[in-house]
Amino acid sequence: MSAILVIAEHRRGVLRPVTLELVTAALAVREELRARVEIAIIGGGADALTPALSLEGVDELLLVPTPIDAFQPECHAAAGEALIAARRPRLVLIPHSVDGISYAPAIAATGGHGYASDVSALRCEGADIVATRSAYREKARVELDFPGRQTVVITVRPGSFLPATRAGGGMPVTTLAVPGVPLNSEHCGFIEPEPEADVDVSAAEFLVAVGRGIGEQAMTGEVAQLAGRMGATLACSRPIVDAGWLPKSRQIGQSGRTATNCRLYLALGISGAVQHLAGMKHVETVIAVNRDPDAAIFSVARFGLVADVAELVAELRALFP
Amino acid sequence: MRILVGVKQVLNLDEEFEMRGDGLDVDQDYCDRALNEWDDYALEEALRIRERGGGDIEVVAATVGGEEATAELRKCLAKGADRGVRVWDDCLRDCDGMMVAHVLAAIVRREDPALVLTGVQGADHGQAQTGVAVAALLGWPWAAVVRALEFSADAGEAIARRELEGGLEECIRIRCPAVLTIQVGINTPRYASLRGVTQAAGRPVDTPAFERLGIDAAAIASARASRVRRMYVPQKPRPRMIEGSVREQAAELAALIRDIRGDRR
Repeated sequence: MSAILVIAEHRRGVLRPVTLELVTAALAVREELRARVEIAIIGGGADALTPALSLEGVDELLLVPTPIDAFQPECHAAAGEALIAARRPRLVLIPHSVDGISYAPAIAATGGHGYASDVSALRCEGADIVATRSAYREKARVELDFPGRQTVVITVRPGSFLPATRAGGGMPVTTLAVPGVPLNSEHCGFIEPEPEADVDVSAAEFLVAVGRGIGEQAMTGEVAQLAGRMGATLACSRPIVDAGWLPKSRQIGQSGRTATNCRLYLALGISGAVQHLAGMKHVETVIAVNRDPDAAIFSVARFGLVADVAELVAELRALFP
Repeated sequence: MRILVGVKQVLNLDEEFEMRGDGLDVDQDYCDRALNEWDDYALEEALRIRERGGGDIEVVAATVGGEEATAELRKCLAKGADRGVRVWDDCLRDCDGMMVAHVLAAIVRREDPALVLTGVQGADHGQAQTGVAVAALLGWPWAAVVRALEFSADAGEAIARRELEGGLEECIRIRCPAVLTIQVGINTPRYASLRGVTQAAGRPVDTPAFERLGIDAAAIASARASRVRRMYVPQKPRPRMIEGSVREQAAELAALIRDIRGDRR
């Protein structure tokens, strides 16, 4: 029987929730692949994570101790290679996260495995694994297969699968020793995000968020004033922070904050990069304004306006005196 | 000392585009071409290291692409890169990212730089694999998603900050030569000056054939890690569109916002 290997992600002793989404992805194709589902936890503190991963349908938990607790890409890649050598999995699932993309390509390159990244859907056709991912900035989609590859390594886009929740138990927990490798980089500590001095965008119920499409820095002031009159909190996408127009504490998205409490999200000139959508696509009512009628933001919006942001804001200011 | 920057020419689709006859890619007549945004930041970081470090650092921009990709190398030269390298072979038509990584690794072996910088991902497909795969093929240290960098040639190491999720960052120390993938926002890329554009015309772009890099088409073709079955335009959910003049749009939007907010009170 072949195997599907899920590599768990954890940071500072906490399981990252995307791991449970990978389990769902594995369970969805296990029967067609006639495969066992094995979850590997690489690194220190693995014992503490086993209860959260004792899920229905999981056949085995593999603990892979490493000399260091922090994520180290060479160490993770070597452990992944050793796991593949030991278990010969048909499919290896890794999160398409910052740490995931830091070692998954190395495993695939070193082992000569099949590889696809940022995959949002998986299926089997006969013995073939077919992976779906986006192309051309989300405007197209592509289906990939992996002829001639015994093992296929896939990084899975967070949010593509619902998290597995049904508790299981009684599966064997196996500790697997892997050979050490020389480590050429070392973790020197985490740097916490700057505390929100004046604002907590993740607490706001109504966000007005600006993106690159606002055109110029002066617009941030105008939109801030409008947001104030509407009773909304000003937020933004990443390019606005990179340009220095607004502080990092205002950023919604993967590397910023999540709009946890938001009920209404007005997106002005935000194209809708997947990293931004990760922080807001769950919001109940998204209203998107963009000049590009094909902007990806419209795919997560309930209401849409194709308009120039500056012109629209000028009109809105008259309506919210 | 040399810093090699791996760059990619990315394709931006026109508003109206069409698939190629075989259904495996878009028709390239419906695209324009640009330097990958992430690679622009990687180039800028290399140029800043050179400017801080004095005159004995050479910045080489390298790309895997056809004749049309020369335009992006010229842009890199105009911004200040010393030299360009472009490699192409017919076996790379419709290649995947792993094949590109094998070719780029061969370029790095030949150039023997002290540091390789490349963008975290391509703006077109966002595969986020080339830099890390190149490092693994070379057996070099690597770090991904770097958003601050201090490189010390003398110490043979770099201190870098990796950008993690949720605003968290990680500080690392890494031995060099290494491959670092660079995140947007690490710096503000410069524009090419008119003088730079003029000077770039005189700077060399080398186009070594596979043999000169010690690789062959069969080996590169066998590195393929995925095959395209089909490409298609997904049916995306569309929102209810608010139409009309901008004044009419604003009026309807204002009413909608008041309605949604009012319902909540």
